[in-house]
Amino acid sequence: MQLGRVIGNVVLTLKNDTLDGVTLLLVQPLSSSREPVGRVIVAADSVGAGVGEHVFFVRGKEASFPFYPVEVPADAGIVGIVDQWHIG
Amino acid sequence: MLLARVTGTLVATQKHRKLEGAKLLFVQPLTLEDTPRGPELLAVDGVGAGVHEKVLIVLEGRSASDAIGQKMAPVDAAIVGIVDRVDLS
Repeated sequence: MQLGRVIGNVVLTLKNDTLDGVTLLLVQPLSSSREPVGRVIVAADSVGAGVGEHVFFVRGKEASFPFYPVEVPADAGIVGIVDQWHIG
Repeated sequence: MLLARVTGTLVATQKHRKLEGAKLLFVQPLTLEDTPRGPELLAVDGVGAGVHEKVLIVLEGRSASDAIGQKMAPVDAAIVGIVDRVDLS
């Protein structure tokens, strides 16, 4: 998983049927020192995250597990909202 | 699997139900020379690792969810062992 911050959302009218009702959010991956790491990604949300929140997300097929048995075609998914973290 | 160093802890109250009770740790993958290799990651802890310890991590969903005893948990990285020693011949 990776730390990130929600910076926006994506709205789609025409989409794969299995994406109906799935919230898609823009996430900037972050290092633990809050530096942006890599490109912004679009992630499926299963925990009710909102813009501005720090979250952690999973990459790969596992991103679709929260929607099981629906096979959502997602490769990144927000699975937790971060309260705080501590390094060292 | 990769060798990594635990660098920190993370607290998230609101998370997917299959992650309830799971401990989340920051890990920095390492080379055999103990230098950082690639970006840091968040991993679920299946063995009770602590900060500064050298650990073995899996980066695959099925194995990672097995490590915390939860089938189909939405995780992609897990700590599966604490490294005592690496012998390189």
